[in-house]
Amino acid sequence: MSNIGSYEEKYKTFKWEQSEKELEYGKNGMYNIGYYCSDRICEKGDANKLALIWEGFTGEVKKFTYDDIRVHSNTIAKLLQDNGVNVGDRVCLFMDKVPELYLGFIGILKMGGIAQPLFSAFGEEALFTRLDDAKTKAIITQKKHLGKVRRIKDKLPELTKIIIIDADDTTPQVNEIHFCMAKAHKVDKFDIVKVGPEVPSVLHYTSGTTGKPKGAQHVHSSIIAQYITSKWVLDLHPDDIYWCTADPGWVTGTSYGIIGSWANGVTQVVLDAGFGTEKWYAFIQKYKVTMWYSAPTAIRLLMKEGLDVVKKYDLSSLRHLASVGEPLNAEAVIWSEKAFGKPFYDTYWQTETGAIVITNFPGMKIKPGSMGKAFPGVTATVVNAKTYEPIETPGTVGLIALKPGWPSMMRTYWNNKETYEGKFKNGWYICGDRSSIDNEGYFWFVGRDDDVINTAGHLVGPFEIESALLEHKAVAESAAIGKPDPVNMEVVKAFIALKPGFEPSGDLELDIMNFIRKKLSPLAMPQDIEFVPSLPKTRSGKIMRRLLRAQEWGEEIGDISTLEND
Amino acid sequence: MSEEIKKLIIDYVKKEYLEEDSTTEVNENTKLISSGIVDSFSMVSLKMFLEKKFLVKIPDDKATPEAFDSVNNIIVLLKEFTKI
Repeated sequence: MSNIGSYEEKYKTFKWEQSEKELEYGKNGMYNIGYYCSDRICEKGDANKLALIWEGFTGEVKKFTYDDIRVHSNTIAKLLQDNGVNVGDRVCLFMDKVPELYLGFIGILKMGGIAQPLFSAFGEEALFTRLDDAKTKAIITQKKHLGKVRRIKDKLPELTKIIIIDADDTTPQVNEIHFCMAKAHKVDKFDIVKVGPEVPSVLHYTSGTTGKPKGAQHVHSSIIAQYITSKWVLDLHPDDIYWCTADPGWVTGTSYGIIGSWANGVTQVVLDAGFGTEKWYAFIQKYKVTMWYSAPTAIRLLMKEGLDVVKKYDLSSLRHLASVGEPLNAEAVIWSEKAFGKPFYDTYWQTETGAIVITNFPGMKIKPGSMGKAFPGVTATVVNAKTYEPIETPGTVGLIALKPGWPSMMRTYWNNKETYEGKFKNGWYICGDRSSIDNEGYFWFVGRDDDVINTAGHLVGPFEIESALLEHKAVAESAAIGKPDPVNMEVVKAFIALKPGFEPSGDLELDIMNFIRKKLSPLAMPQDIEFVPSLPKTRSGKIMRRLLRAQEWGEEIGDISTLEND
Repeated sequence: MSEEIKKLIIDYVKKEYLEEDSTTEVNENTKLISSGIVDSFSMVSLKMFLEKKFLVKIPDDKATPEAFDSVNNIIVLLKEFTKI
């Protein structure tokens, strides 16, 4: 029997207070997520239960009980306090998926800081943009990423604490702190800061069509949604071995790779290694993973390797599978039934929503290719793109819209209230995705409503790529769009007009690719570059990405009456 | 000849995928993909480098994380398509 039982019944009767009651949220004035993910589980009698089994790419294994999580996160919280980090200060986590990332996240929250996780593959410009916007005070990082931090730190006057978790015996530079978890004095007792439920907790940056990335600011009470969605959608049971493959540099990795799982007191496994089909199957077999939350890109990569390789491993421990990041195509759902004897359940949400809002539930009839239905407590619909009125006719495409008020909804964009307020129309939060709803209430994803590129489940802003491209010595102007890709859904394609004196060549193409990869991130690196004499523009000089995208996707070009050179 | 090719690829990996001051050792057996030195997205640029340098076309279905996981694996892959 699944945790949710009857979806229809829960949808009619559920109130968020039910989740609060289960969590005993607010008992003794405690609202801090850090407490609910460690100390509370210990107090309930599971101090010796494994919370985290971590395996590195070399096969090294580390195990942590809930009491270990409690003590290690206390230790990091105290380290931050002792070094002058105060309540409300932003503390960036810039690490691979090492244990300190998970422990540091809880530690930051316990001392009242705002955790700002960033994907460790970000290049220095992407890192600078996000630290500068957040006016981040401290960063916890590894030696391998320190070079990027050192190159930008002089431009970040607020960044005064650089904590390195694996430093060697060299003397720390100015503002650097060497910290080794294994050698640190363990802090058994720490007064978790009693923040209110509306106090900021996590800042996750996400990309938009224009301007710089925006920091979606979440609050401690987001745990009310993250806890119950983990329980009902991911169907976490006390004896589960849970594997969320997402990196905590992105929101899935914190909402469901830390908060949701540990608030439910389950044992989770983490593999800090690059993707490999057999490596993943061997990992599931070794740890007898029961619940697996992954992404369509990974599932499609597994599909490419076929069914024969699946049969080499005992994957019978798998009880429930779910997917997030981009729409899960029907073929992948059908394939997973053949490969694992059960389908992947698609879940839909965003950095801004903080938790799953539309999804397929255990026990519910799955329509392969559909996103499922609204989570109980969430009012979801599609609205007309002009009037923002709900669309009543089944099958009609509109914008996905949510009635504000679910607990994990972002409270603002950091330093960008205007853009935040622009997300609300006619009393609805507009997600920026297009969908239809069928006559049984299932949502069917159609695509983005803007130029943001969804590559392997991560949003990449074209403006950020184009701005970085202009810094390359050969680039006169550029446009970045999403190009269809069978594995990643979209990959970045750049159209580039060169400056006089430069000629298109394979070497130049590779040079530009690497330039963007190092400056921004591998996700932002154009996987295809087309050199063009000039770019299509409106008469006011704005590049018409829409036209380039339509050509690339073989879609109707639409109205080009404003084209400059038509 | 094979040693020269190994060195060429190792030097490229060090130059393009590691920090300038990195102390990470890279040899022909170093795990590139599973260690995170080269991620699955960056494999595209490494593949392009190999194709240009060795004048080959590596089919996408052969460009798997396993095939790119070490310089030795890459050389085995290249040998399928060239006379190196």
